Amino acid sequence: MSQLQYFLALLAGGVSLIGLVFGLISGPLEQALLLKAFLALGTLSLVRFLVPLGFWADAALAFLGTVSVLTGIGIFSPAPAFFWLALVASWLFAWLFVERFSRVLAPGWRDSGGLGLIIPIVFGVAILVVWEAITRGANVPQVILPPPSMIGARIASSIPTLWADFQQTFLKAVLIGYLLGCGLGFVVAILIDRSPFLKSGLLPLGNLVSALPIVGVAPIMVMWFGFDWPSKAAVVVIMTFFPMLVNTVAGLNAASVIERDLMRTYAASYWQTLMKLRLPAAGPFIFNALKINSTLALIGAIVAEFFGTPIVGMGFRISTEVGRMNVDMVWAEIAVAAVAGSVFYGVITLVERRVTFWHPSVRGA
Amino acid sequence: MTAVVSARHLGLTFRTNDGDVVALSDVDLEIGKGEFVSFIGPSGCGKTTFLRTIADLEQPTSGTLTVNGQTPETARRDRSYGYVFQAPALYPWRTIEKNVALPLEIMGYSAPQQAERIGRTLDLVNLSGFEKKFPWQLSGGMQQRASIARALAFDADLLLMDEPFGALDEIVRDHLNSELLKLWAATGKTICFVTHSIPEAVYLSTKIVVMSPRPGRVTDVIESDLPRERPLDIRETPEFLAIAARVREGLRAGHSYDEGAV
Repeated sequence: MSQLQYFLALLAGGVSLIGLVFGLISGPLEQALLLKAFLALGTLSLVRFLVPLGFWADAALAFLGTVSVLTGIGIFSPAPAFFWLALVASWLFAWLFVERFSRVLAPGWRDSGGLGLIIPIVFGVAILVVWEAITRGANVPQVILPPPSMIGARIASSIPTLWADFQQTFLKAVLIGYLLGCGLGFVVAILIDRSPFLKSGLLPLGNLVSALPIVGVAPIMVMWFGFDWPSKAAVVVIMTFFPMLVNTVAGLNAASVIERDLMRTYAASYWQTLMKLRLPAAGPFIFNALKINSTLALIGAIVAEFFGTPIVGMGFRISTEVGRMNVDMVWAEIAVAAVAGSVFYGVITLVERRVTFWHPSVRGA
Repeated sequence: MTAVVSARHLGLTFRTNDGDVVALSDVDLEIGKGEFVSFIGPSGCGKTTFLRTIADLEQPTSGTLTVNGQTPETARRDRSYGYVFQAPALYPWRTIEKNVALPLEIMGYSAPQQAERIGRTLDLVNLSGFEKKFPWQLSGGMQQRASIARALAFDADLLLMDEPFGALDEIVRDHLNSELLKLWAATGKTICFVTHSIPEAVYLSTKIVVMSPRPGRVTDVIESDLPRERPLDIRETPEFLAIAARVREGLRAGHSYDEGAV
């Protein structure tokens, strides 16, 4: 057992013991029996210092703790000390489990298949459980932070609205603006590369455009392109153009002198050198820009909708529902945006791994 | 004997911010067809610069240089030489066979021709079976052999090699040297080979060009009378040691001149 595991095991068992004592002296025994049972088992886990316990025992304890905490929320108001101690204890058991499990997986985690997914799932679930228990157990006002169960219910009941907003903002403004902005940045980078005149003229201009504040640009784009998605796509183009331009220009110079000399000894033409050497060598730079831009595009489109839009769209929904104090709907949109942004980023990363498989940063991973 | 490379009073001066650096001064040299010529000397003696000038990667500032009777630029455009750099410079996104195919693609060979030449040259450098590997999956010695295969693929008669084995260990180097000799015997190419190892130069060459620095110039040209068939243990024979001694003397002479001048 490592020092951290030793410490966590001691702490989890200790917290369970204190929780058990508090639970037994407060109120009737039959109240919140599951919580007390979990605390008792958690205290029992201290025997691990005499008899080794498998890490699945910690998983079981974390799971039991989670269930007992979630079912125990409604029983008391306000929640007593041993409820919070049970929450801390089950969190500690989950941590201990993940810590031990990742040690076991570490040597050959590549071929462990789906088991590697357990760790991020446990991590995510732990955050949601703590969030749920704190917001409901401590009666946090919904305007400050609604519990995840409420956000989940809201998502389930407003799927048509959320889908319409997603279509309007993500499928139209973000994707189209992203493709145009990245494509334009790439093409301009290739043009600039051939001409020192354009390079000294266009790079500062691109820099200037990227420095424009989005809250200033968005209303102007609405004037130019109307209320619907084209004005949002235009904002996205402005935001994504410059990162792509700068990264591609840098990437085109990434090939080493010796690699270029080689092309020269073959009397290769400009386009042959570009296609067979400089663009492949620029791949990691271009994918960097694509990844940066995937998050920039989503932020840009949502913020741009604050400045005039038809009555649909993720940014529109957030700004109006905040005004109506429907914070759960705001959180529902945030959840959709977070999932969409992560998937977008993830897809680009997967493509990057296929295309620039040769780069040390990818082939080592 | 027709001269493949012919230099007359060749000079090259680099203009830098710290003033002019004379890399080559008054170099006269004839390299005949089928010769194996080594350039040896301390760093800064201009041996690599001379090779790059033949390859039209640097332009001379005085004198004349012809390659196959043409200007270096025309020779480069005719793809009349293959160049092997100090580093393998294989493109990491291409497999070994695709790296060897690179010059063939650029020069417009058809797919069947490419396949035939890739098979033949990889066989020549003993890399058959590694066609589908990526460069980073091979050892340094194998990478350098692949880069030699790439330089051989389009059948240029002249092979320019700039310290190709400089980064490899002694054992791999011995092995590649004897393979290079076999390859030279099999193909009959003219080879210009830059090195700073005396045994390597003597073992490989029919002609050894000794150079010295500041300014880079030729101090001695030694014709080797060793037989063309050279097993590795020829390096213990008196004839071999005599030539090595003359090379060493030439290098030392260049150095004392240098110290006297400073």
